[in-house]
This record gives sequence, structure tokens and C-alpha cells, in this order.
Amino acid sequence: MTAVPVPKAPTPAPESRRRVVDTRGLSLTFQTADGPVYALSDVDIAIEQGDFVSFIGPSGCGKTTLLRVIADLEQPTGGEIEVNGVSPREARLGRAYGYVFQAAGLYPWRTIERNVALPLEIMGVSAAERRERVRQHLDLVGLGGFEKKFPWQLSGGMQQRASIARALCFDPELLLMDEPFGALDEIVRDHLNEQLLRLWDKTGKTVVFVTHSIPEAVFLSTKIVVMSPRPGKIIDVIPTDFDRDRTLDIRETPGFLEVAHRVRQGLRAGHSYDD
Amino acid sequence: MTTEALPAIAARRRPFGRLMAGQTGPVLVVVAAIIALWYAGAVWLNTPWQIDLFERGGVEWSNTDLVRATLAQDRPLLPAPHQIVAEMRKTIIDTRITSKRSLVFHSWVTLSSSILGFAIGAALGILLAVGIVHVRSLDKSLMPWVISSQTIPILAIAPMIIVVLAAIGVRGLVPKAIISTYLCFFPVTIGMVKGLRSPDPLQMDLMRTYNASRWQTFWKLRWPSSMPFLFTSLKIAVAISLVGAIVGELPTGASAGLGARLLAGSYYGQTIQIWSALITAAILAALLVTLIAAIERVTLRRMGMGL
Repeated sequence: MTAVPVPKAPTPAPESRRRVVDTRGLSLTFQTADGPVYALSDVDIAIEQGDFVSFIGPSGCGKTTLLRVIADLEQPTGGEIEVNGVSPREARLGRAYGYVFQAAGLYPWRTIERNVALPLEIMGVSAAERRERVRQHLDLVGLGGFEKKFPWQLSGGMQQRASIARALCFDPELLLMDEPFGALDEIVRDHLNEQLLRLWDKTGKTVVFVTHSIPEAVFLSTKIVVMSPRPGKIIDVIPTDFDRDRTLDIRETPGFLEVAHRVRQGLRAGHSYDD
Repeated sequence: MTTEALPAIAARRRPFGRLMAGQTGPVLVVVAAIIALWYAGAVWLNTPWQIDLFERGGVEWSNTDLVRATLAQDRPLLPAPHQIVAEMRKTIIDTRITSKRSLVFHSWVTLSSSILGFAIGAALGILLAVGIVHVRSLDKSLMPWVISSQTIPILAIAPMIIVVLAAIGVRGLVPKAIISTYLCFFPVTIGMVKGLRSPDPLQMDLMRTYNASRWQTFWKLRWPSSMPFLFTSLKIAVAISLVGAIVGELPTGASAGLGARLLAGSYYGQTIQIWSALITAAILAALLVTLIAAIERVTLRRMGMGL
């Protein structure tokens, strides 16, 4: 816990908040040699500005696919989807989101500084502003002083923090995170969860977060979307109302356990573990 | 520390133990074995002719005489290493490099066309790979030709290239360079197609999320990713570009170049001359590969991917 109270980003009143992601009857079917695979079926979700939404479910429930549809990395085969009020493609062309993958995916031939600057270079930001923004965002994720290091010189957790800085440095409204801490050990993961929550609180970004960890989803989210596989569909949407400056200690409280219980029940209801 | 461990450490401290623990020892052993085998082979192969000589001359000979004589023939079937070294010393160090008898002169003739051929071949190879990776129809239409081009023996096609080019008035350095090019674009194309395709889907998706252009994806992702592949194929290409230049000198009866030395040597049965040209070519190829390896090391280290 920080000793000095951090000024909070103002939370807009619920009715005035813009819908950042809006889907109606969204579905996606992959045609494979073994027949069609129903990755998403009739998905309706609304994600509002400033939300921290987690998609949780077992492997194969389509949570990553749904994130990739939002990012215009997959094309839906049915239904409607809007990102920032436009199609996902237009949103992508307008660089509306930063995407954090499960692996940090830093380019090994670039220093940390130049890795974070990569999107800025592509977007044609001037060298002076690039330097300033890189410095600012490396400080934000606590990597000040590591500018000149190469990725292999950093731990897995630090690499993932660098990749978060890379996704944030061009100031997108939306942050899409696909199991970003899935490959890290639990101690590092807990630490990064707290940092990510601070980051979200400070920047006021909208975050869509894919995970298969119940405590992670409950701790981070304002809204938890529980999904089930074959076909990938939504089982339950659970809103939470924990303090924005919560710490990991909250995981021992009855309120937290209650939400976690509901998530677990949702996951059980959509079981399909019989195979 | 236990007392049993001490003798082992003491052994490692002895000079011979240290030599064998590193790279030097094994390398020296292999070199010594090759030279020993070579001498044995020289004695064995040159013996029948030598016995013939002795008998025709009616000379009394012992086994020692025989061995000594087989290693000192003028035109042995297999020259002994020291004969080749002596010939190379004579033609490389003791002869003025402007002389037609200097191996340095002949090496330069071959080297210049192989370097030209290598430069064109590497550029062509990279260009083809860029096309094949980016244009689907080129992948389907060009790749079979690239591969089938290498199924034709170079010895069969080299005279054609020389004759055809001579007919349109292109002579000298260029035809030989083109034969080098023909050989060395291939590994570069194959290596670079693989290298330019080496970024994983995640890295490609990342560029897509930034709405990066193909040009940006190429320069910021595909090209740097392909560097290790590029240097590996350049090392192969530079060695075979030398082969191409030597082969290019054979059918024309060229008067200069290592190929010309090989040819002249075989006309006159000058095996020592043939072997010293061969060894010189091998040394040149090794130097070229070492040079590329040095550039590779510096480049990759600068890119943070050094070994």
C-alpha cells in the first residue's frame, strides 16, 4: 500500500459512459478439416469506458478469440461488433487499442527503449517526442534505468512490463491483454496484478483482460465475463464494486470470496469437462 | 574438498591436460592424423611406378630408398604434403606477384571474378527471396525454377554460358562471375525465404495491431529477424562462388586463374602444381568464410544477438 494517497482518475457517472466495445449476437465458426469449430456463439457484451473487464473460462472457450475479434485479428462469421463506435477494422486502422500478448514478444535486436518506441516509430512520432514518451512509460511500469538493456537481460516479469509500456506508449484508449501474466510464477503475477490495477486507476484506460485464474479475474475486474467452451458462449456476467485502490489483502475478505464463488459456480455450470 | 579430487586437478594443470581439455588439442590430433594418412597414401600410390623406375634403371634399392624416392618424385600420383608446401612457397612467396607463374596472381584472377559473382548472386538471392515471401504467385511460379536450376550440373552448363556470352561479345571477368552467381544465389534465396518468414505469428500480429505497412513490417521485423539466416547462407554462397569461378576457367582454356593452373597441370601431368592450386583454393575459400563469419559476429553482437 502506498503511504501517499494517489489522486484518482475521475470515474464518469455510469449513464454518461461511452460504450467502447459492443457486440450483438457475435459468432465465429472456424472451418477445419475435421468439420466446423464453433469458437464463439451468440455473444452479447457491452464494455464501457473505464471498465476493467475480464474474460474467464477454460481453454477453448473462445476468450482469446473474442479478444482477437475485438482487435480485428480474427473476422467474426455472424453478428455485429463495434469498437469505439466503428468496426474493429476501422478501430485498428485508427490505432485505438494496445495489445499485450501472453508472451512479451519483444524484438531481441532492440533495446528495451527501442522496443517501447517501436509503435511510435511506425506511427511517425518525432524522435524527441518518442524519447519523452518512452521515458514516461518506462517509469510508469517501473523500468526506469533499463532503457539500454536488451530483452534477454531482463526477467520474464520485467519483459512483460516492457510490453505493457509498449502497448500504452501511443496512448490508446483501450488496452487488450491476452493472459499477459499466464507464463509467470505466482509471486511475480501477484505483484504485477497490483501494479496493473494502479496503472488502470492512474490512466483511466479501458482494459479487456483474458485469464483463466479466478483470483486474478476477481481482483482486477469491474466486470467478470464467465465463458464456457464448445460453443464458446457467455454463462454469466458478474459486476464487482471493490475500492479502486484495493490491495491484494482484499482476497481474504468475504466480499471477494463471494464473487470468486460465483465465478467458480459459473465455470462449473458450463463444465463440459466430461471428455 | 576431498583428497581424491586433487590428482584430477593436478592433471588438468599439466600442459598436456590443458591442451586436450580445450579446442587446440583435438584439432591438432585430427590434423596430425590426416597428414600421417596422406604420407601413407603417397607412399602406397607412388610405389608401383617407383619400383618400375628402379627396375628399369637396374638400381639396387632398399625399403628406405623406396619410401624416400616415392616422396620425392617429379610427377607423383599423389604428391606428399611437403612437396606441395615447397611448390606453394615457390609460387606464392618466391615469385613476383606480377609473374604468370605466381599463384598470388592466379588467385587474384579467380578471386576477383568470384567476388563479383558472389556480390551479384547475394543481391539476386535476397531480391528473389523478398519477392517470394511477399508475392504469393511468385512463391508458386518462381520457386520450382530456383530449385530446378540447381539440378543441372554446373560443369554441363558452364561451357554454354561461356560460349553464349562470348558470342554476344562478353568475355573475361563477367562470364566467370555469372557462373559464380548461378551457383551462389541459390543458398541465399533458400536461406532468406526461411529467414524472412521466421518472425512468429505473435510478432506479425503485433505489427498488424499497429497498422504497420508492409514496408515497415519488412524493415522493422522481417529483415532483422532474417540476419542469422542471411549470414549462414552467405557463408555457403561465398565458398561455392569460388568453385563457380574455377569451373568457369576450365572450359575456356583460360590462361590465368586457379582453374587455368589446374587445367595446365593436368595437361602436363604436373600433379604437384594441381595440388598446390587446389590447396590454395581451399585456403582462399576458408579465408572468405572466415571473413563473413567475422562480419556476422560483429553485426549480431551489435544487434544484441551476439553469441
